[in-house]
Amino acid sequence: MLNLTIHIVRVLSIDFYGWDCDFLSMAKVQTPQMLTANRLVTGEVVYWARGIWIGSLTAAEVFADGRQAEAALDQAKLSVADRTVVNPYLFPVRAEDGHIRPLEEREIIRAAGPTVRSDLGRPTAHV
Amino acid sequence: MYRYDEFDAAFVRERVEQFRYQVARRLSGELTEEEFKPLRLMNGLYLQLHAYMLRIAVPYGTLSPRQLRMLATIARKYDKGYGHFTTRQNIQFNWIKLGDVPDVLADLATVEMHALQTSGNCIRNVTADHFAGAAADEIEDPRILAEIIRQWSTLHPEFSYLPRKFKIAVSGSAQDRAAIRFHDMAVEIVKNEAGEIGCRVFVGGGMGRTPYVGQVIGEFVPREDILAFLEAVMRVYNEEGRRDNIYKARIKILVNAVGIDEMRARVSLEFVEIKASGTLQLQDEEIARIAAYFAPPDFEALPDVSGEFEAARHADADFDLWATHNLARHRTPGYAIATISLKPIGGIPGDATAQQMDALADLMDEFGLAEIRVSHEQNLVLPHAKKRDLPAIFARLKALGLGTPNAGLVTDIIACPGLDYCDLANARSIPVAQRISERLAPRQEAIGELKIKISGCINACGHHHAGHIGILGVDKKGVEFYQLQLGGSGAEDASIGEVLGPAFSIDEITDAIERVVDAYLETRQGGERFLDTVRRVGLEPFKQRAYAETAHAAH
Amino acid sequence: MPLIRNGAFAEDHFVSVADDAPMPLNGTIVSLARFQRERETLLTRNSPLGVRLKSSESPEALGDDVHRLALIVLEFPIFRDGRPFSQARLLRTRMHYQGEIRAAGHFLYDQIAFAVRTGFDSFEVPEGFTLAQFERALFEMSYVYQPSADGRTTIRGLRTEATVFHHHAG
Repeated sequence: MLNLTIHIVRVLSIDFYGWDCDFLSMAKVQTPQMLTANRLVTGEVVYWARGIWIGSLTAAEVFADGRQAEAALDQAKLSVADRTVVNPYLFPVRAEDGHIRPLEEREIIRAAGPTVRSDLGRPTAHV
Repeated sequence: MYRYDEFDAAFVRERVEQFRYQVARRLSGELTEEEFKPLRLMNGLYLQLHAYMLRIAVPYGTLSPRQLRMLATIARKYDKGYGHFTTRQNIQFNWIKLGDVPDVLADLATVEMHALQTSGNCIRNVTADHFAGAAADEIEDPRILAEIIRQWSTLHPEFSYLPRKFKIAVSGSAQDRAAIRFHDMAVEIVKNEAGEIGCRVFVGGGMGRTPYVGQVIGEFVPREDILAFLEAVMRVYNEEGRRDNIYKARIKILVNAVGIDEMRARVSLEFVEIKASGTLQLQDEEIARIAAYFAPPDFEALPDVSGEFEAARHADADFDLWATHNLARHRTPGYAIATISLKPIGGIPGDATAQQMDALADLMDEFGLAEIRVSHEQNLVLPHAKKRDLPAIFARLKALGLGTPNAGLVTDIIACPGLDYCDLANARSIPVAQRISERLAPRQEAIGELKIKISGCINACGHHHAGHIGILGVDKKGVEFYQLQLGGSGAEDASIGEVLGPAFSIDEITDAIERVVDAYLETRQGGERFLDTVRRVGLEPFKQRAYAETAHAAH
Repeated sequence: MPLIRNGAFAEDHFVSVADDAPMPLNGTIVSLARFQRERETLLTRNSPLGVRLKSSESPEALGDDVHRLALIVLEFPIFRDGRPFSQARLLRTRMHYQGEIRAAGHFLYDQIAFAVRTGFDSFEVPEGFTLAQFERALFEMSYVYQPSADGRTTIRGLRTEATVFHHHAG
């Protein structure tokens, strides 16, 4: 049976119990965000990286500032219009020891795959 | 089982092309995502967390070996080698690409399958008792009516853009194995005093945010009138169901807003007119024609007691245990209904690999089993197994990891895919099922019948309201919490579980469940099931135990 | 907007008129509210009259007056709102309405076949929509399972015919 904490630690090196406290201290500064979507044709999860969509969250762009994030989201709408992706949206992340982690469990799971099937890994994503 | 004729076959083939064209128009930009979404949903295609999920229709849960093999092929060819059987007797594949879907549908069409109306605001898969045609207490095989309703509801021009989804179920016996009282509309086949077969029609049941038990809207609708009656209900719903708020759009809301008497009156108005027109009258020949597809197989004349079966029970403790829990009484001597558990201890409820599906198809061919059923409890059923074949069948099942002897026991858990897969979820449900299963497996014999149902969000796809123990995953400030409900039932004694108290965290929930079970074991009288004890003593003893700090500290 | 009626592009002989605007001399379409308010005047006019119904308005509000209307426009506020299909059905079967039923508003190509089945005759279509597309919409599915207002033979009917044929031929 899969130990959930170990799964998440192995994949993303996150302290699953510790993030709650860190979030509170982060509240004083703007929460960094990232931009994600799903590819229209394949459904794969992708992340915005300076104008292109990539499969790897850790290699994607982090917006320290809300305006940058909104600007990227606007640009992403072009990807919707040209049928590359569907439903782009911003989600909060935090930086820790040079690693990027989503704050929300949903985004952790989208990035890492189902917690109950670590054997599946992530679907191969196009860069 | 039903066999397509030239018309049915042409219908699904054309539907594939229709969907292919819809995909093409989406990819060309002619359709926006907002316009395309209801169209793809009507072909069972969701966009979930990781990928598209395709829900394939298994009408009233019945599959042939050929169809099972095709599902295995699809799992291998287009997905990641496994599928998930659902609480509406369908199968889901989690890693489908939109671009592949027309080809998946074309492959399905070659074995008389499709993904029509498994989602969307239309009439969904018509479900029925998974013991149909075999149960000893059956008045009539509910799949006859289910097939008739399926055809009538397929691409219905008037009812394809309803306020919300619409789920119909049929039961052929007084014992309700299809949870019909939790459906938008349901038919229970009944006999009147004159011995005539008719339909008791329920309306307004449902799970979700506001669960309701369905109410009787027609005590005895003659079979010939059933389509006219169902059409009348649909018309009232289409016209008057709310469209301003998706959480208040199901027919259960309408029924409870106007009351069942008023609902009956409105439906009667429509019904009288539709009946007078004669267009939906079910002729006896038509019923007989469809019924012929569901004629029972040629049963061998066998004694009810099988020497091989009894001997194997004595010789093999594993087989004996499996036979104790996973077999149900068949109407024909010498036969049994066998439940194939898809709930291995600590495993993912309802999942099956392509290899398992293929191996099951082989097993079916080898033992002359023409049908396998999907139950809404996420297990599979062999409805017509000869008792004398069961030892050999069990050996094969066991080797495949499909021999878990836990049908109806506490480890036979129903769980939706939850936050591991589903875009709508607030919390994970599968890990909770796995933990509970592992924790309580050693004691499951002692515990007896206990149906645990887990939903990862308020949409209740895990049917938690109908669980003896229901668990609802909620999101509290980004952390997964689980609310317990006790005393729900999906059977003919339908009831909605009552919330026990504040939610538990994912690390507390297994202990809490165990304490609730302990409270049951200490309180039960005679051979009472968990559900009976809850109904007898109420929630208080369970509440106290579940929230007891000392017991928690002890773990 | 371009109009397709009975399978061909057609001139629209009606104009829609706002509730407080003066009535021109030719065919006009008014809202249900206006019709109910000015019923007498409207019905005694010498030119064809149409009423536009919202999806929340039942055709039964028109009562027997329906037979004095040349046109009823059923509006789809959004394609997901499927009430117009029931409205059309009601007009044809219960109310025996024989005039033109027109689809307006936001509906999809994919709904055209359903609309024709439930009793629509005409469609306000977007610029650039072709007859070829319209015909394709109608004939994408050769067979239907259930009866509707169009009286089209269902699969069950075809099966019976086939049986009868074989019976006679046999």
